[in-house]
Amino acid sequence: MPFDNRNTLRMSAVIILLGGMMSVAQADDDHEHHEGGRRAVATNAAWQEECGSCHVAFPPRLLPAESWREMMSGLDKHFGTDASLEPAVAQEIAAFLEQNAGKRKPDPVAKPLLRISETRWFIREHDEVPQRVWKNPLVKSPANCAACHTLAESGDYRERNIRMPK
Amino acid sequence: MSRINTLLVLLLVVMSGLAVQPACAETFGQFMAEFARSAKSSPGFQSFSAANGEQFFKSTHGNEWSCASCHTEDPANSGKHAKTSKVIKPLAPLVNPERFTDPTKVEKWFKRNCNDVLARACTPQEKGDVLTYLLTIGK
Repeated sequence: MPFDNRNTLRMSAVIILLGGMMSVAQADDDHEHHEGGRRAVATNAAWQEECGSCHVAFPPRLLPAESWREMMSGLDKHFGTDASLEPAVAQEIAAFLEQNAGKRKPDPVAKPLLRISETRWFIREHDEVPQRVWKNPLVKSPANCAACHTLAESGDYRERNIRMPK
Repeated sequence: MSRINTLLVLLLVVMSGLAVQPACAETFGQFMAEFARSAKSSPGFQSFSAANGEQFFKSTHGNEWSCASCHTEDPANSGKHAKTSKVIKPLAPLVNPERFTDPTKVEKWFKRNCNDVLARACTPQEKGDVLTYLLTIGK
């Protein structure tokens, strides 16, 4: 019957379309993470594993290359804890961080900033966060991105996924 | 007949255990043997003690943190990084079978954490005591 044929045709079109959409979504998940809006950000397995074991693996573009170089040369005294790595692993991560670092030129005279939370960008982005949120024991530290950025683990810091703890 | 069945079940359990282990994985028994081998070279070593391990784990050693500051007083539970609040999976190997399987990881974390807690490397005696204690949890 012509009616049946039309329906079958429609169904097939829907299935093909859905399949296509799913494979695009899959590719998206595999190759990129979103951060600060929908910009694609590079990832690296060693960076994710090592930097991500004590805190969220912070996106490389949040600090300039000079800062990452300084950070990676002092991992045994990393903000009060020993975060030392095998030289080969440290080297791989340092190269990844520097290649994908923020492009803004830092002040050549000042010492490179090591805390992302001290950058002008971070302070501006977070200026509407009330003090009581920072002091909330569920937040505790500005390094605890995931306290409010619910999908920070997957590199998603978009506004719509922010939930400040009460 | 029931004995054969029990044997069969045991064999299956052992085989399934082997199947999920990564290729180069070690068991906590191998780590224990390694710590014992190293500890024996220091004079006065007798054996490892779970009680000493527990006390070591829960005490501070001159610095601000103890092992329990992040891993909690009950290593069967998930812990929390004392600074960043990041969740740390349970440390007790009987609760979390991923623990004490990768020599590189074990060495990396003992080095870092002993430095944070004691400002020095842990001795093989201390490592053995702590692992002995951890193995009493979740039995």
